[in-house]
Amino acid sequence: MIDPAQGIDRIADVLISNGKIVDIVDASSGATYDDHEVIDASCKIVAPGFVDLHTHLRDPGQEWKETIVTGTKAAAHGGFTTISAMPNTDPVQDSAAVVDDVMRRAAADGVVRVLPIGAISVGQKGNQLAPMGELADSGVIGFSDDGNPVADANLMRQALSYSVELGLPIINHAEDKKIGAGGVMSAGAVATRLGLAGVPSEAETTMVVRDLQLADLTKARLHVPHISTIGSLVALRSAKERGVDVTAEVTPHHLTLNDEWVFGLHGEVPSTVGSEAYDTNTKVNPPLRSRADVEAVIEALSDGLIDIIATDHAPHAATDKVCTYNEAALGINVLETAFSSVFGLVDTGKLSVVRLIESLTAGPAAILRKDLGSLKKGFSADVVIIDPGSKWVVDPTQFESKSVNSPLAGVELAGRVVQTIYQGETVFEVSENVNVGVGQ
Amino acid sequence: MTNPTTTVGNGAAAEATDVTEATAAPRHHLLDLDDLSSSEITELLDSAEGMLEITGRGVRKTPALRGKTIITMFFENSTRTRVSFEQAGKILGADVINVTASASSVSKGESLLNTVKTLQAMQIDALVVRHPHSGAPYFISNHTDAAVVNAGDGTHAHPTQSLLDLFTVRNHIDDMTGKKIAIVGDVLYSRVARSNIIAFQKMGAEVTVSCPNTLIPDEWQLGSVLDESTGFGGLKLAKNVDEAVDSADVVMALRIQQERQDAGHLPSLREYSDRWGINSKRMALANDRALLMHPGPMNEGVEISSEVAHGAQSVVEEQVRNGVAVRMAVLYALCAPGKSTRIGNSDEGPRGISVKERTEIETVPPTKRGSGKS
Repeated sequence: MIDPAQGIDRIADVLISNGKIVDIVDASSGATYDDHEVIDASCKIVAPGFVDLHTHLRDPGQEWKETIVTGTKAAAHGGFTTISAMPNTDPVQDSAAVVDDVMRRAAADGVVRVLPIGAISVGQKGNQLAPMGELADSGVIGFSDDGNPVADANLMRQALSYSVELGLPIINHAEDKKIGAGGVMSAGAVATRLGLAGVPSEAETTMVVRDLQLADLTKARLHVPHISTIGSLVALRSAKERGVDVTAEVTPHHLTLNDEWVFGLHGEVPSTVGSEAYDTNTKVNPPLRSRADVEAVIEALSDGLIDIIATDHAPHAATDKVCTYNEAALGINVLETAFSSVFGLVDTGKLSVVRLIESLTAGPAAILRKDLGSLKKGFSADVVIIDPGSKWVVDPTQFESKSVNSPLAGVELAGRVVQTIYQGETVFEVSENVNVGVGQ
Repeated sequence: MTNPTTTVGNGAAAEATDVTEATAAPRHHLLDLDDLSSSEITELLDSAEGMLEITGRGVRKTPALRGKTIITMFFENSTRTRVSFEQAGKILGADVINVTASASSVSKGESLLNTVKTLQAMQIDALVVRHPHSGAPYFISNHTDAAVVNAGDGTHAHPTQSLLDLFTVRNHIDDMTGKKIAIVGDVLYSRVARSNIIAFQKMGAEVTVSCPNTLIPDEWQLGSVLDESTGFGGLKLAKNVDEAVDSADVVMALRIQQERQDAGHLPSLREYSDRWGINSKRMALANDRALLMHPGPMNEGVEISSEVAHGAQSVVEEQVRNGVAVRMAVLYALCAPGKSTRIGNSDEGPRGISVKERTEIETVPPTKRGSGKS
């Protein structure tokens, strides 16, 4: 059992009753549970259900890509028991009415917890602040204009300043859209060989620097989503050292994939560009970066500079991806491969399993300031069971998600989520795994 | 993407595909020159020699591709390339259908996919594609059995332009080994530049480029020589245009677009012309017998002065004329009946048009010579 919030990493039993964690009992106690249903998780990792701060559910507005039902099922499949719905829906989550609708339907139809994120500006247009107080009252856990960076520095300053009273973070997609305008992947040798317009890292870094300065000015909470460049990390470290109230997340794909994946050979660099190149499932924003950037974000996650992992799960329909690279939509379907893909870094010794689980549980819960992400007594019984030895080959057609846009199709991963329990109920269980049986 | 495809001359992979799908329709394409060896390129150029002779006849017609259907699908404006392919196909006796579409009317990929699948259902033999998006011909090649010919994709590649440029140079310079090729212009956005860097390097030439620092990729440095990790190993980036042109055997000026000025890459076309324009003063720095090339259409007075564009060293019109012959060679190699559809696969030996085959072509048509200029 691994529960980083309590510093637990040992063999133990978790007692659950009425949807809550009742107790944690050392395995050596010899306790028996004849009157309980028993889940045998020997040789498995039992951890708190994962918490994602960055999910796109596409509902309302783009239900052909994902819905609250399929998105929460995908979350359960990936071991997540709490996800955060980004506001780039149609209509935008920029009013209590839309947020209330999402929360009501998520409570009724979702299989895991959904926490909404409100827009920073009306319609995510970057002109006028959304009713942030009203949104806070309706339960949003932060504010973001998602893929639309707040380009106007003064509006960003005001949003940060206004949020101080609410105590909620501003989550700004950091990208200067003018630098590398028209770019569809990370600038560099791969983009040059493929003739694809490149976006330099500085498009992200410059806005991260700006946002950190404004957070310092306003003493507000800033959360940097999907941080991906060495320059951003340098700025983040400096800001944390001088006490800026900032947290940062990194996605599974920016930890594990680089721009060479655009060649379509799972990261191999071919001597000649083949017809498998221009893999549109690798098109994402921020773009997949260089090898050096990937190494840097792994190290920063490992040493705690980057606080958490968040998925930026971005489902897209096949028609959005079966096209030229320029035309393809931005985003990767991540929830169901998130843990296993990053678990590869544990296998190679670059990341500890405790830190990995912390970055998916205690880390995000701390940013949310909610009683989540731990197996403490009295907490919601949100539990994930992982088989660290189980290997599986990613087949997006088997996803619970409505969409299949994963560049990992056909890739073998280890560390499989075999069961997910939400509020004491099993919401996902691997069907073919005979080692996980429910006793009594 | 269910159809694994093979590009022209893609040695081992092509072999494997052929073995397992011997009865399948041809899946061989010309997407770029990066997977062609110098000997394969040479075979194509040899084939083009024969084709050039045919284009010079009074009756320019052979039945080599009779009964074959070639579609040209241009998502960008083009006169010379489209007409060149059309003429090449028609001289070889193929039925050539021109589809003009704007990328905006076929703006979503599903529509491009549907267009390709619709054409595929009509049993076409070759699809000649120009598209503003890099990689579009690669995408299309995954969804059709027809041979796909890249007639220019975005800022990526323009392989037939490079073949015709090589062909043109070869007619003046027997051996390109060690010859200095100076390419001057918008390297960042030019598919011609990229394909020509690859093409001339493969033939043993030394390629040097010169352009404003704003028109090369960020990871390149003026005044350096690129290493292999860039994919353009050995390419020299001159500090200035005079250094590039100095002692060059070939000077190639590229078209500079007004939109580069508008996007802030250049202060003005006037300044570009002053600092990078090819004129008689700069040509004087090159070798005495240096060739002056331009892929067209030219902005005379901007990247190239009228004086040199129409001067004794200019081979610009030859380039256009050779374009038809080179495209005939490409279409013939990809579509000719009863042949391996592979161009110059080294395992199979050269598959360009041979002297014998050329003779067959020459003898089959009803040659009513004498009425033409030849």
